[in-house]
Amino acid sequence: MQALYAQLLVGLINGSFYALLSLGLAVIFGMLNIINFAHGALYMMGAFVAYFLLNLGGINYWFALLLAPIIVGIFGMILERTMLKFLTGLDHLYGLLLTFGIALIVQGVFQNYFGSSGLPYAIPDQLRGGMNLGFMFLPIYRGWVVVFSLVVCLATWYLIEKTQLGAYLRAATENPTLVRAFGINVPRMITLTYGLGVGLAALAGVLSAPINQVRPLMGADLIIVVFAVVVIGGMGSIMGSIITGFALGVIEGLTKYFYPEASNTVVFVLMVLVLLVKPTGLTGRAA
Amino acid sequence: MPDTAIAEAPAKAATGGNILQVRNLEAWYGESHILHGINFDVNAGEVVTLLGRNGAGKTTTLKSIMGIIGKRAGSVKFNNQEIIRATSDKIARMGIAFCPEERGIFASLDVRENLMLPPVVREGGLPLDQIFDLFPNLKERLNSQGTKLSGGEQQMLAIARILRTGASFLMLDEPTEGLAPVIIQQIGHTIARLKKEGFTILLVEQNFRFASTVADRYYVVEHGKIIDGFSNSELAANMDKLHTYLGV
Repeated sequence: MQALYAQLLVGLINGSFYALLSLGLAVIFGMLNIINFAHGALYMMGAFVAYFLLNLGGINYWFALLLAPIIVGIFGMILERTMLKFLTGLDHLYGLLLTFGIALIVQGVFQNYFGSSGLPYAIPDQLRGGMNLGFMFLPIYRGWVVVFSLVVCLATWYLIEKTQLGAYLRAATENPTLVRAFGINVPRMITLTYGLGVGLAALAGVLSAPINQVRPLMGADLIIVVFAVVVIGGMGSIMGSIITGFALGVIEGLTKYFYPEASNTVVFVLMVLVLLVKPTGLTGRAA
Repeated sequence: MPDTAIAEAPAKAATGGNILQVRNLEAWYGESHILHGINFDVNAGEVVTLLGRNGAGKTTTLKSIMGIIGKRAGSVKFNNQEIIRATSDKIARMGIAFCPEERGIFASLDVRENLMLPPVVREGGLPLDQIFDLFPNLKERLNSQGTKLSGGEQQMLAIARILRTGASFLMLDEPTEGLAPVIIQQIGHTIARLKKEGFTILLVEQNFRFASTVADRYYVVEHGKIIDGFSNSELAANMDKLHTYLGV
């Protein structure tokens, strides 16, 4: 039983990263209509910024949680202003190719300077050690990742679904021309939204650094699964991304326990099944 | 420019000072040249109607004034300020509000969110209780999804939400299209009341009978130009011409 609970915890942690990353992708797709293949590279940048902050500036994990998303978010906003905004109205394929190219360049640069092996990033002192829950041993840092990710995901959901700013975002997703004709600066809102989505990826990168080490290809390994999560949840669906992210992490963890051979493919099998039954994803709406 | 003269003549009969001045307005959708030099004026406090057949350029005129059409040329002055190169968000913040033909109700927003969506751009907008006084149906359906409303209710919502903003110049694109006669009557009462409240309204209509109940002046648009213009008092004398223009 201990092994089952351990796999459940691993599943929840992976699910946290899936949820944060797919949430960012959903926000970006909903608003910009761009399939952001650079998301994995930006997640990796978040981890590297935390690493630089600590090793070059002596800035610890807690400040990195705040600063890395802001720094990488600004980098994302520059990308949007200088490149992505010119894709408005074009086929999805152009956005996919451009962001894929950006991902390759960013990863290539980091690989050139830091190689492919991982750089260590220590767990902060306050979150070291673990708790014996009776039925399993819970490392505190891993518990923190799950809880913090959930809080961030729900806060993002609240921002988009329950606030006036979120109403602007949702309305601009449907009809940006009309929203702009109401007096809202939609291009600026799009840039900030891209920054928000990228910031979420960077935040996931910082959270991941102490668990998975800091590696140039850490995002590339994860992003394909995250895209499957987004497709299953429904492209552009905020709550769909959060629920599917956590659920698929857990399903993956359980598969590792019950039938390890299928653990790497179970998400993709589910994606195929969902696409066959409901092509818009579990919570997505038809275009 | 014969149509400039046409445009200026009836404007003198109106009550307020000049609020909108459109000169030689041209607009393009891609390579298609839609407006070929539109000229007209709107005075403060009046209801001016653009009449014309389908595809004449009425909606494009409104969209060009609002800055929604990408390629446009000529001059549009609002309160003596040139706005032809301004973006639509800046134009809205100057006090022009646009209610599109397709109503533009957002499916992902409920009625309350749709109503509160346009930001207040200046003081003087109608408070919510006055809006609900004008459109009581909306108050009862605040939590419904915007697109679940009937066509008439959606039209009311589309007009209601721009009344909150403080914009004093309203552009309504075919507000009666596809609505039942009783709803059309209600929209007519609303426009008359808004006029009394001091709003200036530029209306696009194909429903001439409706327009005649609310408008002070008319301009006839054909092939992207204003070809005629007259005031409401000259309407009876121009009925034959109007029937020819509109093909009714």
